[in-house]
Amino acid sequence: MISANTSNGYNLPIGVTGLSKAMYGLHMEVFWICVGIAVVVFGAMIYSLVKFRKSQGAIPDTTMLHSTKVEIIWTIIPVVILVVMAIPAADLILKMEDTRNSELSIRVTGYQWKWQYQYMDAAEGISFFSTLAQDSNFARQLNSGIDPKSVPNYLLDVDKPLVIPSGTKVRLLLTSQDVIHAWWVPDFGAKRSVIPGFVNELWFNVDPGKEGIYRGQCAALCGRDHGFMPVVVDVRTPEAFKQWVVEQKAALKQASAPDMSAPAVPATVPPAAQPPRSAQVISNPSTPTP
Amino acid sequence: MANPYDGAHTADHSHDHGGQPATGIKRWLFATNHKDIGTMYLVFSLIMFFIGGAMAMVIRAELFQPGLQLVDPAFFNQMTTNHALVMIFGAVMPAFVGLANWMIPMQIGAPDMALPRMNNFSFWILPFAFTLLLSTFFVPGGAAAGGWTLYPPLSLQTGDSFPMLIFAIHMMGISSIMGAINVIVTIMNMRAPGMNLLKMPLFCWSWLITAYLLIAVMPVLAGAVTMLLTDHFFKTSFFNAAGGGDPVMFEHIFWFFGHPEVYIMILPAFGIISEILPTFSRKPLFGATSMIYAIASIAFLSFIVWGHHMFADGMPVAAQLFYMMATMLIAVPTGVKVFNWTATMWRGSLSFEPPMLFALSFLFLFTIGGFSGVMLAIVPVDFQYNQTYFVVAHFHYVLVPGAVFGIMAGVYYWLPKWTGHMYSMGLAKTHFWLSTIFVNVLFFPQHFLGLAGMPRRIPDYAVQFTDWNMVSSIGGFGFGLSQILFAVVVVQCIRGGKKATAEVWDGTHPTGLEWTLPSPAPYHSFATAPEIK
Repeated sequence: MISANTSNGYNLPIGVTGLSKAMYGLHMEVFWICVGIAVVVFGAMIYSLVKFRKSQGAIPDTTMLHSTKVEIIWTIIPVVILVVMAIPAADLILKMEDTRNSELSIRVTGYQWKWQYQYMDAAEGISFFSTLAQDSNFARQLNSGIDPKSVPNYLLDVDKPLVIPSGTKVRLLLTSQDVIHAWWVPDFGAKRSVIPGFVNELWFNVDPGKEGIYRGQCAALCGRDHGFMPVVVDVRTPEAFKQWVVEQKAALKQASAPDMSAPAVPATVPPAAQPPRSAQVISNPSTPTP
Repeated sequence: MANPYDGAHTADHSHDHGGQPATGIKRWLFATNHKDIGTMYLVFSLIMFFIGGAMAMVIRAELFQPGLQLVDPAFFNQMTTNHALVMIFGAVMPAFVGLANWMIPMQIGAPDMALPRMNNFSFWILPFAFTLLLSTFFVPGGAAAGGWTLYPPLSLQTGDSFPMLIFAIHMMGISSIMGAINVIVTIMNMRAPGMNLLKMPLFCWSWLITAYLLIAVMPVLAGAVTMLLTDHFFKTSFFNAAGGGDPVMFEHIFWFFGHPEVYIMILPAFGIISEILPTFSRKPLFGATSMIYAIASIAFLSFIVWGHHMFADGMPVAAQLFYMMATMLIAVPTGVKVFNWTATMWRGSLSFEPPMLFALSFLFLFTIGGFSGVMLAIVPVDFQYNQTYFVVAHFHYVLVPGAVFGIMAGVYYWLPKWTGHMYSMGLAKTHFWLSTIFVNVLFFPQHFLGLAGMPRRIPDYAVQFTDWNMVSSIGGFGFGLSQILFAVVVVQCIRGGKKATAEVWDGTHPTGLEWTLPSPAPYHSFATAPEIK
């Protein structure tokens, strides 16, 4: 079972998509280049601090005013280093922005403070809201007296997660109904602002075999409860996803059956119409239960 | 050509005023003297530093552990928003204007600033602007809570405090523009005979360029917030998508102001560091001319990189590439500065008085902020860093051990010149060590938090972020408490202490005109313009 977040607690997660892995690789490359520069620059500074101390009798060389040669050298070297970093970055930008040939599109709408997911393509018609899970919501009240550590996936759990298939190019079309939000799942390397009046695009393709629950949060300040609108994605195998779609559509048909006179009796709702939270446990037994 | 401020005239001028400060409250209310106004700016800035710091303490206290223990999320958002506004417009910018007021006339051999009454006006706007801003905590709906960046539509949800916030920002902008005009007019007209621009000290140079940045971008901010105001009250739709407006346009306009703004907060610090390192290395600044070109290049580039704040908002590929390259390019002149500072120390004769210690801390820690800046410029990984604590760590590294340490280094450097007394070196060094250690305990773990996935501007967090938040909060409390020492050192130095000599520091490099004046410097700095060889 893949853990909720593959970050080790102090570095970017490697993640489970091609993009997130490429981002991680670029991040580490740039990081090590910076470390290399730091060793040289801080080395020269520390050497000066140790070697050229007045208390050690150092005599200042006041003739050292400038040197065009060195100054040209230390202008050109950084330019070269920057070009080395920019080339793979530009390549990755092109990949990220290529949203063609997606196999599943989902419309994501941000609200203060929840997400709405509306499926398109083969899953057309499935639509639901995703809000902070009840147990987290109770615990996060001011002086609730509930220890956040006792709440599983505190602040990173929702009532109904987004369900997607693995090994599939999923495209999100993001917009907002009120203020600017940002949809972010670190393990997918997927973050995009969610802006009223705009439809932003984002794609990811979770590696087969990496099915599981992935968690993120709204990443743009969106008001009082900005910290309390998590993003949870339940990645299933394409077969399990197909089954989920069938179940959801059946439930949908049931709900929209034109029998307006029939009294709503929750007990008669078939199991397939249960919230995905329980459906998820059935189809994905390795999911840790609270 | 006759300079209207030549020796004879200024001697006469100073005679008119008796060369002595007025007494009592009038000295401050009607102040036209650059030193009095500089002092007021610096005191104001220190007060704002503590007010903004108190807000930071609330933030760090709430974030000490997961769960909400102290404040409502809405109040938490008011804290983060106003912490930024107070620190940027109330603490850092006025501190630099205060230093400019004190030092520019003394460094260019002038008796005073060129426009003394405007100088008075530009200062006295500030207490009113900040009284208005801080009073918003007491109006229905509370203070602004949409972030200092004021992005609509969220900022339009602010309660009754909204017009007060906008008016306060307008006043701060007017104050900054007047301060900038004064700096430019002073530097352009009042240099001592013989001091051509390239002979001018680096602090004046950095301020001259900063002043142009201020004049260029503060009106842009004023325009942006005015459009917010009309969207809110007059049913315009500049940023309202439902009315055909564009919320992203606000971000473009805001960051066209916002990016030069961050250089407004760092360039004068570059100038201060370029004064201090040569003094305590007992060696002239290496590559002084290329330092000036570097500052000018950074200022130019600051106008064409604003898009890097908005990569995640959705942007054409060409724009992403452009903003990435332009942003990375800033590393080149910034690198030149860091290398030249290092070369200044190379084969010098270093001693470690408090201003030098702060300058060295600046050099190391600002460079760390520079590295994270380069990382943030790389678009694909910026998508992972953007809006996380990694960004918070980055800009606090360039603003706290960058801008704030630059200001403190400047104060420790020139304080004996201002007061005529040496301050307690022991206390100042204690302040230095506590500040430098705690600032790293405070901000370094925030890099880890951001990379591990903690978004910024949240009052509560998932439990896996607990440990580093605790470390960061401890650093925050330590850093906050350490700053009380700074106030103690300054107050002690004003009240008395060992007499300072005119040179103050042994081995002062020869170009600084301020060191030719006695300590404390006379009320009208140069009654007779000095000769520059």
